[in-house]
Amino acid sequence: MFGKLTWDAIPWDQPIPLVAGAVVIVLLLGVIAWVILKGYLPYLWREWITSVDHKRVGVMYTLLGIVMLVRGFIDAIMMRSQQALAYQAPGYLPPEHYDQIFSAHGTIMIFFGAMPFMIGLMNFAVPLQLGVRDVAFPTLNSTSFWLTATGALLVNISLVVGEFARTGWLPYPPLSELAYSPGVGVDYYVWALQISGVGTLMSGINLVTTILKMRAPGMSYLRMPIYCWTALASNLLIVAAFPILTATLAMLTLDRYLGFHFFTNTAGGNVMMFVNLIWAWGHPEVYILVLPAFGIFSEVISTFSSKPLFGYRSMVMATMFICVVSFMVWLHHFFTMGAGADVNAAFGIATSIIAVGTGVKVYNWMFTMYGGRIRFATPMLWSVGFIVTFVIGGMTGVLLAVPPADFQLHNSLFLVAHFHNVIIGGVVFAAFAGLTYWFPKAFGFRLHEGWGKAAFWFSLAGFYLTFMPLYVAGLLGMTRRLQHYDLAQWRPWVLLAGLGVVVTCLGVACQIIQLVVSIRERVELRDEMGDPWDGRSLEWATTSPPPAFNFAVLPDVRGEEPYWEIKRRAIETQQLADEPEYQAIEMPRNSPTGFITAFFSTLTGFALIWHIWWLVVVGLVAAYAVFVWFAWRDQDEYEIPAAEVAAADRERRRAREAWLRANVRVREPA
Amino acid sequence: MNMTLVPTAAAARRHATRLRAAITALALVAPLAGCGGILDPQGPIGAANRTILLNALGIMLVIVVPTIIATLAFAWWFRAGNPRARYLPHFAYSGRIELIVWSIPTLVILFLGGVIWIGSHELDPAKPLNPSQKPLEVQVVSLDWKWLFIYPDQGVASVNDLVIPAGTPVHFSLTSASVMNVFFVPQLGSMIYTMNGMVTQLWLQADKTADLPGLSAQYSGDGFSDMGFVVHAVPQQDFEAWVAKTRNNGPTLDPKSYGQLAVQSRVAKPFTYGAVESAIFNAVAMQHLPPGPGPDSGRGGVDVHNRSE
Ligand code: HEM
Ligand SMILES: [Cu+2]
Repeated sequence: MFGKLTWDAIPWDQPIPLVAGAVVIVLLLGVIAWVILKGYLPYLWREWITSVDHKRVGVMYTLLGIVMLVRGFIDAIMMRSQQALAYQAPGYLPPEHYDQIFSAHGTIMIFFGAMPFMIGLMNFAVPLQLGVRDVAFPTLNSTSFWLTATGALLVNISLVVGEFARTGWLPYPPLSELAYSPGVGVDYYVWALQISGVGTLMSGINLVTTILKMRAPGMSYLRMPIYCWTALASNLLIVAAFPILTATLAMLTLDRYLGFHFFTNTAGGNVMMFVNLIWAWGHPEVYILVLPAFGIFSEVISTFSSKPLFGYRSMVMATMFICVVSFMVWLHHFFTMGAGADVNAAFGIATSIIAVGTGVKVYNWMFTMYGGRIRFATPMLWSVGFIVTFVIGGMTGVLLAVPPADFQLHNSLFLVAHFHNVIIGGVVFAAFAGLTYWFPKAFGFRLHEGWGKAAFWFSLAGFYLTFMPLYVAGLLGMTRRLQHYDLAQWRPWVLLAGLGVVVTCLGVACQIIQLVVSIRERVELRDEMGDPWDGRSLEWATTSPPPAFNFAVLPDVRGEEPYWEIKRRAIETQQLADEPEYQAIEMPRNSPTGFITAFFSTLTGFALIWHIWWLVVVGLVAAYAVFVWFAWRDQDEYEIPAAEVAAADRERRRAREAWLRANVRVREPA
Repeated sequence: MNMTLVPTAAAARRHATRLRAAITALALVAPLAGCGGILDPQGPIGAANRTILLNALGIMLVIVVPTIIATLAFAWWFRAGNPRARYLPHFAYSGRIELIVWSIPTLVILFLGGVIWIGSHELDPAKPLNPSQKPLEVQVVSLDWKWLFIYPDQGVASVNDLVIPAGTPVHFSLTSASVMNVFFVPQLGSMIYTMNGMVTQLWLQADKTADLPGLSAQYSGDGFSDMGFVVHAVPQQDFEAWVAKTRNNGPTLDPKSYGQLAVQSRVAKPFTYGAVESAIFNAVAMQHLPPGPGPDSGRGGVDVHNRSE
């Protein structure tokens, strides 16, 4: 009846996951109870859970990313404290548990922290920047999000039901094969990623289509904001790379479930095939994450320097260059498998060539600041912190791309320091820069500056204190994933890194306080006008938060910085453009399709993990039925009458006019 | 091992710059030398790895440091509150700057590309070291979770202890009994993967007598952290004495005892085999001996394992 699932699946003998799980369950139940008791459930259902509005979906993606970043951070605290204690001692986490933690940490941070955060920001901002009303496939968008949430849920269920993988975040066979990992851990990994991977792929297709097909009138490719370009590149990479991941994991699944031999030791399996395939996806994946981050920084640096982006075309070229070359370098992850000198040299050179694109970007950001009038608001602090940090991370990356150097640094803590250097300094800093930058657009009020700055400084200091010592430990020969160690010379650096986590904790605390304080002071922090940062691209042309339809009338784009021009014209002529003729707008109806599909996918995933075959069938049939039911809908849109559109837009124009009156004198002639 | 990237007359000046850069890099990391690890090499391969690492680091620091300084300087000078900074709201393109912006990284990478190409060939792990000198052959098998070192010519084997003569090149042939591992002695130089059903090659040499820590650099399961071993680089006659003492003393490494060794376990104290059945390494590598067994069961894996691979 329940497959392999028995009461023994719950780790009664391990207090840490048990207590952690219990706390999470109690918190979750508490939140649900609060929502129900306060009567918010219908609102949540109507306005969020079933919403197909790209802004709402984007916000939910981002929220998922934030929650999972916190979960992953707790894992990090446990790992650093374990290593701090485990010098010639067993520490407090036995290997069976420690190994799950580092595997879960990497998996959660990449797939359920960084990815949803980046996809959420793209979902929110790209249609606004393109000057359109939604993404190409709104219901698909909601479904993508809920499938990602399914994956995150499955990974977290593994905390208390069964176990998570003990293989690292990339389950290299044969360790991940049934013979060496007979538990359900790898199955949790595989199904969580397969289900969320479907969501990611659909979201990639959705955003690519949106960018290629749905720009505002007049917005040619070379008038798109740079963030849209990086989003395009990133989503093209998703579309090209995620099928590789899906296929690779499917092969591993066949090995584990049906006795195939793709990657087993025996019967002709080939473990190196897995390693090649996983990195053929894995390297593009790091650029899937970091390209939109580059885009965010470009927007922020230009806005806060009060200047257009320097070398826009060069930036576009560098972006697309990285997009293409990132597919040709995967072997640098296993120079030490003995591929031979020619192969290693070719891939080493290809890898360092990517750094050219990145270098160009850095110089262009520098020259964007040159001649600017830089306002150091929180997003700008994250951006300057990023440039400095990322340059260091890129440098160590190129060092690892030199095969003879990598022969000594591969899999060491130097490598760990490298990728945290680029992922934290690049992707996570961008996430926070983007969050503070677009938060007022999403919610109508800014985040508190003081707490935001404190969060930045603690995070920056915490990052350096945690990871610079790891570079040293790596140079001293310390490898990653050690549950305990005996060499005295590593110890000071491990302890320093532990101290760094404490400082980072302060940064995280500041972020949380910032959110709370900002919500409480939302009246003072209100963004009346919709353009809190003196922005340049179209998202700032509408109100904060924007109406469901984003723009009453689609903007007419005449240059690279359409909103800046609108604003300049308004200032020069001291009046807004003439009132347009308003028309009724058709918008897609909300739909529970995504949520219900994801609900049944969760059941299916769980059933597959535990071999509850009847439930697999039920889940699949139900999920398909939901899809059919959706496909047969006969009303997919609703109309917003012209009068309502006009009323909303006149309100916006009033706010703008008030702003024009108040500010035009102090602004200088452009 | 000849790792001097021979300076031609034309390249001499370039070489000098690089040398200076490398010295700067060395100064940055000098406090770490002498602490063990890869900056304190005890053999020619490790030393050559380090030279390349420092060269590459030096080359990059030449542009990375100015870039960081310029970034901070621009950001500070052009702050909104600075009345002396000139505001250039339309400065968004300059062909000359674009040219420089693309050429600086390109030139650096061209230069580094040369280092990568030459370094990859000179330091290919499979490239024999000092062909004129007769090497010591060592066959390495990584098991769950220990290292087996077989000396085919001496007919002995040892677990978690690697004794080698200092000053003699060692040729390692490596494979794995079960999952992947990486054989790594930081102070000797290059690491290499071990994989079941495959043999990888590595050449290393210790210059002086020393005891050097070694470890696995690829996570391989619950006992991974206990896969440390010690390399004892000893004078030639001590090596011979060790072989003589070990030979015909203790158990024989044959398929049966290998089978026992292959079971998942941690080894508290290194031990040796007094005799080795010839071709046992090949039997492992060619999978004539089956891959090591995994755990009996896992959480939620109760009914899975009897369907064994
Ligand atoms: C300047 C460009 C970069 C270069 C030249 C570079 C180079 C490398 C190399 C050679 C490795 C493999 C080292 C080894 O396993 O021995 C590596 C690992 C890695 N890099 Fe980078 N990298 C760059 C940028 C990035 C960026 C932007 C990210 C992410 C946003 C990133 C994330 C990673 C990750 C996650 C790993 C390790 C994965 C693992 O083994 O678990 N890198 N990088
Ligand atoms: Cu890579």
